[in-house]
Amino acid sequence: MKNSLGRMLPETVAGFGAVKPFAGAFATTPSGVRKAPRQKTVLPKANKLVDNLEEVFRRIPVRDGMTLSFHHHFRNGDGVVNQVLAVAAKLGLRDLTIALSSVFPVHAPMVELMKSGVVTGLDTDYMSGPVAEAVSQGVLAKPVIFRTHGGRARAIECGDLAVDVAFIAAPAADDYGNINGVQGETACGSLGYAFPDAEYAEVVVAVTDNLQPYPLHPISISQERVDYVVVVDKIGDPKGIVSGTTQITKDPVGLKIAANAAKVIQAAGLIRDGFSFQTGAGGASLATAHFVRKMMKAANVTGSFALGGITGYLVSMLEEGLFRNLIDVQGFDLEAIRSIRDNPRHLEVGAGMYASPFNAGCAVNKLDVVILGATEIDTAFNVNVVTGSDGKIMGGSGGHSDAAAGASVTIVVANLLRGRLPIIVDNVLTVTTPGETVDVLVTERGIAVNPLRPELKEKLVTAGLPVRDIAELKALAEKMAGAPKAPPQGEKIVALVEYRDGTIIDVVRQYKACE
Amino acid sequence: MKTVEKPAQAGTLESGDILVVVAPATGAQDDIAIELQSLVMAQYGDAIRETIASTMRTQGVTRAVVQATDRGALDCTIRARVLTALARGGVGLEEGAISWNA
Amino acid sequence: MERLRSLLFMPGNNPAMLQAGGVFEADAVILDLEDAVAPREKDAARMLVRAALHTVDYGASRTVVRINTLDTFGHEDIRAIVPAGPQVILLPKVESAAAIHDAVAAMKAVERPGQEPVKLIALIETPCGLAEALAIARADKRVIALALGAEDYTASLGAQRTKVGTEIITARNLLVNAAAAAGIDALDTPFTDVNDEAGLTADTQLAKQLGFKGKLCINPRQIDTVHDVFNPSEAEINWARRVLAAIRQAEAEGTGVVALDGKMIDAPIVSRAQRTLALARLQNPQEVEA
Repeated sequence: MKNSLGRMLPETVAGFGAVKPFAGAFATTPSGVRKAPRQKTVLPKANKLVDNLEEVFRRIPVRDGMTLSFHHHFRNGDGVVNQVLAVAAKLGLRDLTIALSSVFPVHAPMVELMKSGVVTGLDTDYMSGPVAEAVSQGVLAKPVIFRTHGGRARAIECGDLAVDVAFIAAPAADDYGNINGVQGETACGSLGYAFPDAEYAEVVVAVTDNLQPYPLHPISISQERVDYVVVVDKIGDPKGIVSGTTQITKDPVGLKIAANAAKVIQAAGLIRDGFSFQTGAGGASLATAHFVRKMMKAANVTGSFALGGITGYLVSMLEEGLFRNLIDVQGFDLEAIRSIRDNPRHLEVGAGMYASPFNAGCAVNKLDVVILGATEIDTAFNVNVVTGSDGKIMGGSGGHSDAAAGASVTIVVANLLRGRLPIIVDNVLTVTTPGETVDVLVTERGIAVNPLRPELKEKLVTAGLPVRDIAELKALAEKMAGAPKAPPQGEKIVALVEYRDGTIIDVVRQYKACE
Repeated sequence: MKTVEKPAQAGTLESGDILVVVAPATGAQDDIAIELQSLVMAQYGDAIRETIASTMRTQGVTRAVVQATDRGALDCTIRARVLTALARGGVGLEEGAISWNA
Repeated sequence: MERLRSLLFMPGNNPAMLQAGGVFEADAVILDLEDAVAPREKDAARMLVRAALHTVDYGASRTVVRINTLDTFGHEDIRAIVPAGPQVILLPKVESAAAIHDAVAAMKAVERPGQEPVKLIALIETPCGLAEALAIARADKRVIALALGAEDYTASLGAQRTKVGTEIITARNLLVNAAAAAGIDALDTPFTDVNDEAGLTADTQLAKQLGFKGKLCINPRQIDTVHDVFNPSEAEINWARRVLAAIRQAEAEGTGVVALDGKMIDAPIVSRAQRTLALARLQNPQEVEA
């Protein structure tokens, strides 16, 4: 069958069930109820501290076929996933599903466990490195489920993603299971992506290398939901968790794109009191914040909030009074950690409040502007951030689709040519974010506005910005680089790309090398 | 017909460039043998080979060994690097035969 | 009227930069075969710059190629580059009118039939060159501007180059004077600290005040700042409008002498007002017409 974007989907997928096709960004509405975990009790004087991970596995007990969940706040410095899976392998467990909100190169040991059948399912929002490579090559029999950050929260809330045990890496914890992310060597700031896991998993285990006296303060995830506390030598490598400072790119083309993106925001009339903004930590995205900051200062306006992954750059804007608040689901650098720890106007929120589509309103809905990247964008403004142009998995939505759906103006910033590859294609290899939620593409050689937004286009043209038809920009790129051939693809479906509402927006097929 | 007199190279491994090494043909070889590495092999591998070969043929070179390491170079860059490598390899360039847009 | 507020250097052997050159909206790009290219890569860069001139769309930016001096690789550069049709050749270390004559002869010899004559900008970067600046500026009608290269110049003086630029104040004045005497533009030396935006603004404001019409740029990030300074301000535009209005009124009334705010308006003032409005019109065609 085909979904509303014309993508061919199977009716059912082994290990997943019936496929519900994507029907439009806001076409599918919820009809179910939230799924509650079992009630529990802990008697006075009972002890939640357990000696080691192996003992926790026995106490729970973890059995074949269970789903174990993890957060990715430690990024490429994570040490918990590998330790937990090593115990699973040692105990001879089979057929586990790993629900890890993002997979990084550090998780390479998982590949061997996939080959040996310890891990047979993966549920994630983003992946890069050896696991992504192995999945692309078809290491798993069952397709990986790709979700969005908001969609993962929704899936956990409604039981689509039923977590048996959540192992929560805790930079600081007390012996009764209170956790925060702002103290200790592995401090990572917000723990927002672990909130749904903590709330809905049948069993919750805090894994820490920094045990503090009871009660821990501040508390991000509370003792009410944490069943066990395990102390290990080391839960992560601080060098891989955060960067020292996040720098604005020096790449002149990236800066040019960022300057144009900021001009789009200004021309849209959004540099005004109450302005709300989300941007990423990399390249042209963060640089856009740099130009927006200048404009806000020049216009003497105070924004309401900046959202999402928080960097030191946004922290300095908060401290300069350019925003009243930061709403933080994930921190990227040391400044972000310091700020969320010390500044009451810097709020920690969970993935559900950040972006889940099926609650009484998430924060992305309140965004004026989001700046997003793209690996490919097509002439209908559909964006791919899952697969590289060779067809291999190299990313995932993360919050991409969520923020695009919520924001009043969604701006994709991208080089018209990446190396030789044109960014604009007729059909993206893998739709991640539907074009109806993307308003503007800003490149170094021109700006394209989604035809669904004629009033916005009018404003940009009036402001004298270099607005061109997206097909025209595509032709310009191909004039320089030649038209690329489509890479070959295998048959087997290695991943399902789920939209935030639980429908399937696309599939990823096995990688095939070109002859 | 002209031949490459000695091994020679041009270009760099910087993004957007291509490193081209040309060498005299070996033994009974009667074509332009191209060994290509590229980050965009799937999309542009054939096009890059054709650009290298046609640039050489229009200079009258029909036998040679070429090793090319591509970093996303556009056609005009590939042509420039091939021509420089040929000149350095002892092939007297025919100005009139150089075409940048073909 | 042509504007050369900003001229952006691009290393001649770097394909990625040569291809991106058109996106920064500099008034001119300078594809550099001289300092940015090692001696043994001159041939490769020459071929790459030829390719760029034939295939890259530099948009509204004029194309300038800085060649090597004529006693090194300059003649080879001219033979390879001029037929590819750059709009301007930037000739470095010019010290005499003879160097201009030699370059023009070499350029004429290789220009294709019907080719738009390639112009010249003389880069003055030695004490000798500065002493000969007027002769150089007048050497040929192809010379459209003198540009100051202060790094080499200061080294020749044995002076230390500073951000304030006291050591080049005379050079700047002499260069502007020679260019004005010959009726061509003077272009200022680059500001070399690309991270110092305030310093660049101050340095460019000084250049504008001294009479420079544009500035060489070594990083795309400098372009917006340089344009902001050289673009006429609101106050300048209003002043220019009032000057021209006063002139028109005087003509209508048949008065001989024209004054504005108690100051006499003479020909140079009128010409400055006209230039200001012409620049403003390039900047914003709609608003200025009134």
